[in-house]
Amino acid sequence: MVIKHLKLDEINGSLVSIDSVKDASNEEIVTLELEDGTKRMGRIVKIDGDRITVQVFEGTRGLSMTNVTTSLSGEAMKIPLSPEILGRTFDGLFRPIDGLGEIYPDERREVNGSPINPVSREYPKNFIQTGISSIDALATLIRGQKLPIFSGSGMKHNELAVQLVKQSTISDGEDFAIVFAAMGVKNDVAMYFRNSFEEANVMDRVVMLLNLANDPIVERIMTPKCALTVAEYLAFTLHKHILVIMTDMTSYCEALREFSSSKGEIPGRKGFPGYLYSDLASIYERAGMISGVEGSVTQIPILTMPNDDITHPVPDLTGYITEGQIVLDRGLDYKGIYPPVSVLPSLSRLMKDGIGEGFTREDHQTLANQLLATYAKVQDAKALASVIGEDELSNEDKLLLTFGNEFEGKFLNQNPEENRSIEQTLDLGWELLSLLPRNMLDRVDDKTIEKHYRPNTAD
Amino acid sequence: MRENLIFGINGPVVTVKGHTDLSMMETVYVGNARLIGEVIKVNADSTTIQVYEETTGLKPGEPVISTGSALSVTLGPGIIGNIFDGIERPLPEIKNKFGAFIGRGADFNAINTEKKYSVTVTVKPGDKLKGGDIFATCPESSAIVHKAMVSPYICGEVTEVAADGEYTVNDTIVKLKKDNGEIEELTLSQKWPIRTPRPIKKRLPATKPLITGQRVIDSVFPIAKGGAAAIPGGFGTGKTMTQHQLAKWCDADIIIYVGCGERGNEMTQVLSEFSEITDPKSGKPLLDRTVLIANTSNMPVAAREASIYTGITLAEYYRDMGYHTALMADSTSRWAEALREISGRLEEMPADEGFPAYLPSRLSEFYERSGYVENLNGTEGSISLIGAVSPQGSDFSEPVTQNTKRYTRCFWALDKALAYARHYPAINWTLSYSEYTNDLSNWYRDNISPLFMSYRDEICSLLLEENSLMEIVKLIGSDVLPDDQKLIIEIARVIRVGFLQQNAFHKDDTFVPLEKQFKMMEVILHLYHRAKTVTERQIPISKITATGLFDKLIQIKYDIPNDKLQMFDLYMQEIDEELDKILK
Repeated sequence: MVIKHLKLDEINGSLVSIDSVKDASNEEIVTLELEDGTKRMGRIVKIDGDRITVQVFEGTRGLSMTNVTTSLSGEAMKIPLSPEILGRTFDGLFRPIDGLGEIYPDERREVNGSPINPVSREYPKNFIQTGISSIDALATLIRGQKLPIFSGSGMKHNELAVQLVKQSTISDGEDFAIVFAAMGVKNDVAMYFRNSFEEANVMDRVVMLLNLANDPIVERIMTPKCALTVAEYLAFTLHKHILVIMTDMTSYCEALREFSSSKGEIPGRKGFPGYLYSDLASIYERAGMISGVEGSVTQIPILTMPNDDITHPVPDLTGYITEGQIVLDRGLDYKGIYPPVSVLPSLSRLMKDGIGEGFTREDHQTLANQLLATYAKVQDAKALASVIGEDELSNEDKLLLTFGNEFEGKFLNQNPEENRSIEQTLDLGWELLSLLPRNMLDRVDDKTIEKHYRPNTAD
Repeated sequence: MRENLIFGINGPVVTVKGHTDLSMMETVYVGNARLIGEVIKVNADSTTIQVYEETTGLKPGEPVISTGSALSVTLGPGIIGNIFDGIERPLPEIKNKFGAFIGRGADFNAINTEKKYSVTVTVKPGDKLKGGDIFATCPESSAIVHKAMVSPYICGEVTEVAADGEYTVNDTIVKLKKDNGEIEELTLSQKWPIRTPRPIKKRLPATKPLITGQRVIDSVFPIAKGGAAAIPGGFGTGKTMTQHQLAKWCDADIIIYVGCGERGNEMTQVLSEFSEITDPKSGKPLLDRTVLIANTSNMPVAAREASIYTGITLAEYYRDMGYHTALMADSTSRWAEALREISGRLEEMPADEGFPAYLPSRLSEFYERSGYVENLNGTEGSISLIGAVSPQGSDFSEPVTQNTKRYTRCFWALDKALAYARHYPAINWTLSYSEYTNDLSNWYRDNISPLFMSYRDEICSLLLEENSLMEIVKLIGSDVLPDDQKLIIEIARVIRVGFLQQNAFHKDDTFVPLEKQFKMMEVILHLYHRAKTVTERQIPISKITATGLFDKLIQIKYDIPNDKLQMFDLYMQEIDEELDKILK
């Protein structure tokens, strides 16, 4: 028997409160039925004795104290899962929106998920070649990693994400799939991704969850949870290698902030709730591999840094959770360099164990250290040049500037269609280092120099 | 006794209505699923409980069952080499029960109750024992001998002892007749509430360094055994890397590594790496002296708050046996955020940036549990605390960094700019400090060399001088500087790249003994002093740089193996010869 509650007692933003509710459980899903027969879904977020507070996913517009009947479902939010979901498109709450009908589930799973036991995890070590020099050489992507792209409005993060999907060797073989979660992005961005997936002929391996900019904000809070539940199902039950692309995490966090403030919670920095870190962690930490189980979840969240500020709470907290970051730089973008990866703040924490002999090449780490250390000096030389002029620079600094330009123009810059193998990337790196005299390469030992350093080839 | 029922639920915070018999900080089981919780607020008409597990599905009206005791950990053999969550539940057991994902509402024995240890009893009937006294020993891991102690507040006379042999942690080893005539049965294990420091006899001054093998720490900003240090740094500056290096190489007997609200993969890495690497001192796997506490960022937030206390209680237990322990907490900011999150749910009045007003007092309580002490049983032991701090937006003026600074005497500030240039460890030498240098100078004088401290000071002042010169260089370039200042810049480069920078992946450079550190400083300063006399004679510095000596010294860290320190003499000779040539 389903008990229906005939009225509401408070409506505040996306939250409604109902009194005298018996037997409600925390995080339970409720259905609100309006007089005209339309239904909305909500989730219990707070219980005070017999008063419950419900977050309404589709928003509270049109609700009044009297025109709604509410019924409890008796369980937390679950989504239907079966192998058929591949190739389908869903809304932010995982309801099909492609007109192909409902999913006949093999199983229904709670979206909140459970943390992976650190003892059961397998430490990710498999190098994924992306064909993009700046990433492969300097911030290597590893299977099972969570590596976000920190971008800003107007920069080419979507193109970069598509290139990653197209070229990365995670998409080799039969057992890969992509879960794409859009949160508060514009319709044409979602279209762009869909078209690119179709072009790359992978659409039948993609699960799309779309919560677009004009969709209810409260649904957005559930979107990444649904997407990752799907990813975990595909990875650990169907044993596929999953790449999850989530864009834009900043919209997600803003939705969370809106929800938190309407709940009357005490805000932390910039009005974001104090639990933003824990909340983001519950999303990002769902990447990984489990020992003894085939399958992996690799995450590439994309976030736009408001005002390009990397210290904004969203990129800041993200960086503390994820295993590195790829930072895009507006200066490089203006210069027309694609992908505009700012290599100095970019980093992959799992790189050190996934490269070198047996994975990429034995000189990879040394080369990466030397390129970054030299490029850091280029920045100093540039700063100096802007004060005293290029002509006044010492010879060493002039060489650095040449190196810097070549590095940006040849190494960072590449065509969106260009797929460089790791050997090509590393050789290119050495070619650039060969522009500099030996004594400026302080991170390289003599043996490596002998093998790769070719100053005479420099012109 | 009336039953306590759940009234309200808000995230991890649960309230019970009415006047209850629950006491502050008591452990309770919440709901039908028996989730573990702790009482954090009691008043006339309601009691507030923080729950250490996910509260999804919990309903009002479900029971709250009291246990009558404060949140405690079990102490006994079987802790070393294990990995626990924030409230000392063994993760391998959780894995056996729930599989790869962590389930809820299960009670586990923290330590294996079936395994038998070969116990040697060290007391005999008639002996008088007081709190802290050791009554039996048993090998716990290949590297550590466990010493079973009388619980701190118990004393009495031994009436019966078991014969040496194989016992589990729950078997009675010794029977003690207390002064009031009661018989206390002592086993290998005991319980202790995590928020109460274990008592000691007295604190001793911290005069011995915790040797870490990291040059920038040992030589420039040393920490004492029993000291407390903070490692603040934004993301990507290498906090975790530095913590791992310290956990691997520092010369403490036992390492407690608390992964507090950090990444799951990092804990997996520690687990796999530490079982492969061998301890240079004992030759045994590092894991045989390590305890891991893993409460990753997606595990329940209340258990994250408790994990720090669990860690320090374990550290205190081994300290009481007379061991030198070191606790690495990565990261205390996540712990502070857990405090903030729970405080927010309790609707407490926030102070700075939403953190509760009691943040400083909690931090000080934690850091004050470090120290070099004389234990109740007369042995000496220490706890060194090394806490990573993750300041929001890399801004060191935020509350956690500022308050931590007040209670730690070592501050190893990690610098983004250094990390970007891949200078690791990215410890900034102008922002960092150690207040232990004076306390430790006698030790360095007696054990390494009387010159150690003066070399250190000279190295520091050279770096400072370079720092101010660089201000000028940034404006006008280095070409215009006079030769003596150019020399400072050159030698400071050698110090920075050749000495401070250290390669954690190089077999010799990952751990450098103090003797080599001293010799490295010596040879660098020797070059500086000799070169200075050359430049004073108006000979251009380019002649010295042309010899390649500077670059050669930078490579010393790789070129001289840790066990061939006599090679330093050759370098000294070469410097003398080359510079004599120039002078002629």
